[in-house]
Amino acid sequence: MPDTAQLIENDVLARNLEGPIDKVDPSEAALFEHNVHHEVFRRLRREDPVHFLPDSAFGPYWSITKFQDIVTVDSNHKVFSSQPSIVIGDPTDNFQPPMFIAMDQPKHDVQRRAAQPAVAPTQLSELEALIRERVCTILDSLPVGEEFNWVEKVSVELTTQMLATLFDFPFEDRHKLPFWSDVATTSDAVGVVGADMEWRMKHLTECLEYFSRLWVERANQPQKFDFISLLAHSEDTKHMIDEPMELLGNLMLLIVGGNDTTRNSISGGVYFLNKFPGEYEKLKANPELIPNMVSEIIRYQTPLAHMRRIALEDFELGGKTIKKGDKVVMWYASGNRDEEVIENADEFRIDRERARHHVSFGFGIHRCMGNRVAEMQLRILWEEILKRFDHLEVVSEPERVQSNFVTGYVNLPVVLHAKA
Amino acid sequence: MPTITYIDHDGTERPIEAKNGETVMETAIKNSVPGIDADCGGACACATCHVYVDEAFMDKVGQPEDMEQSMLDFAENVQANSRLSCQIQISDDLDGLRVTTPESQH
Ligand code: HEM
Ligand code: FES
Repeated sequence: MPDTAQLIENDVLARNLEGPIDKVDPSEAALFEHNVHHEVFRRLRREDPVHFLPDSAFGPYWSITKFQDIVTVDSNHKVFSSQPSIVIGDPTDNFQPPMFIAMDQPKHDVQRRAAQPAVAPTQLSELEALIRERVCTILDSLPVGEEFNWVEKVSVELTTQMLATLFDFPFEDRHKLPFWSDVATTSDAVGVVGADMEWRMKHLTECLEYFSRLWVERANQPQKFDFISLLAHSEDTKHMIDEPMELLGNLMLLIVGGNDTTRNSISGGVYFLNKFPGEYEKLKANPELIPNMVSEIIRYQTPLAHMRRIALEDFELGGKTIKKGDKVVMWYASGNRDEEVIENADEFRIDRERARHHVSFGFGIHRCMGNRVAEMQLRILWEEILKRFDHLEVVSEPERVQSNFVTGYVNLPVVLHAKA
Repeated sequence: MPTITYIDHDGTERPIEAKNGETVMETAIKNSVPGIDADCGGACACATCHVYVDEAFMDKVGQPEDMEQSMLDFAENVQANSRLSCQIQISDDLDGLRVTTPESQH
């Protein structure tokens, strides 16, 4: 869409790069869609790292752009509340079902503890063989030597199967999961233009009905280690079935939390290795770099660009006073490119030292619960790719998601080259 | 200089000469002791530096503060002697300290 690109060049981007600093607004979804948000954040980190914008499409808000400041805010849950929502905007239909990512202590803690065993390391070692088998099946079904969309055939399919496993969701119905995830994220609260909030409601209701049936089944069977069984059996959460909005909220969290993030890391890795061919060579020469590369992919992609908080009291940060009641947005997409903490942060380096030291999973009590599953999924995928293909070639620039929250790809055209 | 011994989950012991004032996490990272990830770099904000403290040292090491306890709540296989190693500062008092790393960090 050249006209949109033009618009960006001429208007949104210019305004944010050359206009007065006090008007800079990194929340415009078009910046992310065209992958130019990094330039805006670079300016903010340099000129106004703790930045207040009194007026935006999402109301007044603070932008936190430096790595250390993000850690400070993220790990101070007593001052910075996650309620009632962790995305920058509030939905126009006011529909915000409760979910533990958007709850403070103590309720957050009990609900997270109930769900967490599904994705804890012990359980993951149980799942590894199954996940590997599925990766192999998908990779073996791909066309070699002809162009296809990597997002659709690999990233979406693999993530869907991973989620189906974590929910022990009926395999033949698994495509409902990414569909509901898309429904949940298609909200005007994250800058999606023209989101149909009524259509959204209808499908979320369907999702709730489907899972309520699974819940009742699982509640009547012995406890297992999928999300639904765990929640249905825990003393702290088993009554959630009588709180349909809270059940729906947590379902949305567990579906969305793992879906776009993992999917876009899967696509991102392919894209980055093509942008940095020297790194691809390093990887082929030394597959032992895979675990380190996985962290670097997750840093470089930053699948969730931000999390938001509300200040419960006045707080000094970077010489500014954040006032009680203010909305505070931690831009992970910016923290991950902060040169003060990460050397040559704009470069993708698979053998980076201390690659795990990134902000993509957040920090503090809300730190990503599913980080180890995501890492495992990516590790297995790359192990199996290297065994099979000589080269995974990106043949044209990807089409990206329009959102200031989920950063990712709609279309990534690739051609696979077989091993000689 | 106090000696800290790191024991991994299958029993391998690594005694390390540590510096006073550094943390049990930092000493591990500097000496490439496996089993500690320390994703947040010591900010008490990730819980990937979880260790089990030898019972004999529990009193000397002391109890976790609020934030550490909140983070520990979400580590796996937490026991009464679980601590986040970035929150344990080394001093002569801790000479001989033994800590065991878990099989995996979450
Ligand atoms: C590369 C992949 C992923 C990324 C980048 C990611 C990122 C994040 C971030 C930034 C947070 C909020 C952290 C904060 O507020 O400090 C979060 C929380 C969460 N994530 Fe992930 N995530 C990923 C994969 C997953 C997966 C696979 C699952 C599970 C299926 C998952 C489930 C959750 C849950 C349940 C929370 C809420 C935790 C809480 O509030 O205590 N995530 N994630
Ligand atoms: S290093 Fe992150 S909590 Fe200790």
